[in-house]
Amino acid sequence: MKQSVTVNKTQELKLAGAAKAALSKFKVKSPKFDLKTFLRKVIVPLASILLFIGLWHIGAKALFNIEADYKIQKALTDQGQAAANAMAACIASGDISCQPNTLPSPAQVWESFNTLIADHKVISADKLAFKEKTAALNEKRISEGKDPITYTGRPSFVDQNFTSLNTVFAGFLLAFFIAVPIGIIIGLSDTLRNAFNWLIQVFKPVSPVVWLLLVFMIVKTMTKDSNSDSAFIISFISVGLCAMWATLVNTAMGVSSVDKDYINVAKVLKLGPLQKVFKVILPSSLPLIFTGLRITLSVAWMVLIAIELLAQSPGLGSFVWEEFQNGANDSNSKIIVAMFIIGIIGFLLDRIMLTIQNMVSFNKNATA
Amino acid sequence: MKSITTKIFGLGLLLAVLACGGKTDKKAKETAEANIPESTLEIEKPQLTFGFIKLTDMAPLAIAKEKGFFEDEGLFVSVEAQSNWKNVLDRVIDGQLDGSHMLSGQPIAAGAGFGRQAELVTPFSMDLNGNGITVSNDVWSKMKPNVPKGDDGKPVHPIKADALKPVISDYKNSGKPFKMGMVFPVSTHNYEIRYWLAAAGIHPGMYTADNVQGQIDAEVLLSVTPPPQMPATLEAGTIYGYCVGEPWNQQAVFKGIGVPVTTNYDIWKNNPEKVFVMTKKFVEENPNTAIAVTKALIRAGKWLDEPENRPEAVKILSMPQYVGADEVVLANSMTGTFEFEKGDKRSMPDFNVFYKYNATYPFYSDGIWFLTQMRRWGQIPEAKPAGWYEETIKDIYRPDIWKKAAELLVAEGHIPASDIPVTDVYNPAPSYCIDGTTYNANVPFGYINS
Repeated sequence: MKQSVTVNKTQELKLAGAAKAALSKFKVKSPKFDLKTFLRKVIVPLASILLFIGLWHIGAKALFNIEADYKIQKALTDQGQAAANAMAACIASGDISCQPNTLPSPAQVWESFNTLIADHKVISADKLAFKEKTAALNEKRISEGKDPITYTGRPSFVDQNFTSLNTVFAGFLLAFFIAVPIGIIIGLSDTLRNAFNWLIQVFKPVSPVVWLLLVFMIVKTMTKDSNSDSAFIISFISVGLCAMWATLVNTAMGVSSVDKDYINVAKVLKLGPLQKVFKVILPSSLPLIFTGLRITLSVAWMVLIAIELLAQSPGLGSFVWEEFQNGANDSNSKIIVAMFIIGIIGFLLDRIMLTIQNMVSFNKNATA
Repeated sequence: MKSITTKIFGLGLLLAVLACGGKTDKKAKETAEANIPESTLEIEKPQLTFGFIKLTDMAPLAIAKEKGFFEDEGLFVSVEAQSNWKNVLDRVIDGQLDGSHMLSGQPIAAGAGFGRQAELVTPFSMDLNGNGITVSNDVWSKMKPNVPKGDDGKPVHPIKADALKPVISDYKNSGKPFKMGMVFPVSTHNYEIRYWLAAAGIHPGMYTADNVQGQIDAEVLLSVTPPPQMPATLEAGTIYGYCVGEPWNQQAVFKGIGVPVTTNYDIWKNNPEKVFVMTKKFVEENPNTAIAVTKALIRAGKWLDEPENRPEAVKILSMPQYVGADEVVLANSMTGTFEFEKGDKRSMPDFNVFYKYNATYPFYSDGIWFLTQMRRWGQIPEAKPAGWYEETIKDIYRPDIWKKAAELLVAEGHIPASDIPVTDVYNPAPSYCIDGTTYNANVPFGYINS
């Protein structure tokens, strides 16, 4: 018993030593490397990912079998044994015409991801060819003072990611510029806070779909005369309006709960109202404001998909919806690819916000 | 929790972005047409956006784009899938789309006082036939014993709604309303499923000025579902059957969730189906563009009706930006066949017609048929004088634009002169309906009263 423990320990040490040596070679700053942290931070998450994929694979397989059995059974009752055998053979052969339509397996999703990337390359090449083709014409059109011809093909999955990010950032900035100033003003005055409380409470839980329709009603009339596509304007304003409430509430709360001592200091120093806001109130309410902004960003990313879907604005939302409508054999796996990409981008956005928060606030230990 | 996981995820995504943002194959499309042919028409607006709904009968748009017919006319066209017919109508009226694949009834209703009003014009009829009525597996199993069988043991087509009648009574007796889906209140599908039901004495419900649901006195409750969502809605059990365009009937066969019982070819042989619609304002401001678009679409229709081109058309339509369904599903109805019950595949060469029988010509008589249907089911609530039908349709159907386009095509040698119909803009071909009555657009009243 004891021996084995020591053996383990020496092995552990050896491993750690080797790893340390390897790490120092790459000049990675790792003052104290120990196996436990390594296990906890790398091995355990990796294992959980593997476990997740494994469970997913098994689940997908089970669902596939249920669908396949049902199909074979149905062929048997409707058309007899021969048809059932043919169906079973057809399903086993992987022919598209009879594949059960259910949760795709991890392998299928990976394949779809590669298809989408390949598709992106094809579209990029096509775009380039189109540009060359129309170069002469566009030169002529520009010299005549007309708009140049733009690419007429569809956007690829990667392009749609960037369109979506664009919409989210536009919406987020809108939310920021509306919610933070209003939040500060409301936070400074109890009267105003009471006056507007009902409005915030009523509008906060409204569904993104309803916001979209409301914005649609207004923007449609405002852009009556222009021929430009208002889908982008409609979607980013809706995203902003949906997502701004968390920031508004948090800013108001942060501003109103600033430590009395700070306010008194400001009074003693005879700071003007603007100086008071910028030097005292804002810095001390920053943690709460940033918590609000982080919620706003994740809400914005979440509602975006629903809004794009309805507003027909190009992006991940419409990608998911189109694939659902297509109902082709690989549509389900493309939807899952989009799901992961949406999740990962949302996760990264949150991390970026956290980093910014840590950079600007006094409290260096803000955590998720 | 700024853990290593974050970094791993970040690195993975970064790699993914780098991998796909990288070099593009320059050689791939080098061979593409380098020069754009000069069009004989002066195009006012070369950059256009057209909408469509994911259905096989949007094919002329996809073909005109993919085969370069639009670019031959100096047009640079993007086509965008839309979510539902209401959205299509709104986006055309509001000018976000320059034109769109639409239900024949939509421009007509917009000019005749049902639903949102606007001045829309139709210079091009996109296709004939192409719809089917599908019921769920459960309904089919109850319906099947009532269907007469032929010598080969297979059901005799066309199947009439008489076979469905006892099933509806069953549902009624157990307290469940019988619900079916169609795609839009003024769609061909709504009128076809109503016609099919009514021919068997099943009341599909009336519209009135106050009730726009169309469910007054209804034995079958019809509701609107966008075409591509039909199979999913049927699978979820919200509706027990539907009338929709292809490929959404064949999709039900492939997914094993329903059985098509009849096609609209059996209800009314060679009936007009979808149209291409632009606003009157657009056509007046851009007359040459409208003609050029029509030219490209006529050529696409002609290309589509050459049987050897159909497999290629299926391949194009199955791309995700067009219809997106699997090739096998699309091919089932696009290549001269139609599959009813799984395994019961029958020959139906005229299931989709894009050019033959003057399919692309916007006949006034076709438009008037829709007006009579709107009157029949109460969507036009008050009686109108005979002259009203003709006057209304003349503002909407524009065979004059079609003629100009076709004459140019004849001059350029793309179509033979014999393809331009000599007509008084009424379709002279006798019509055939499932219950044996015929319809003549010159006397719409006789038909309504029947």
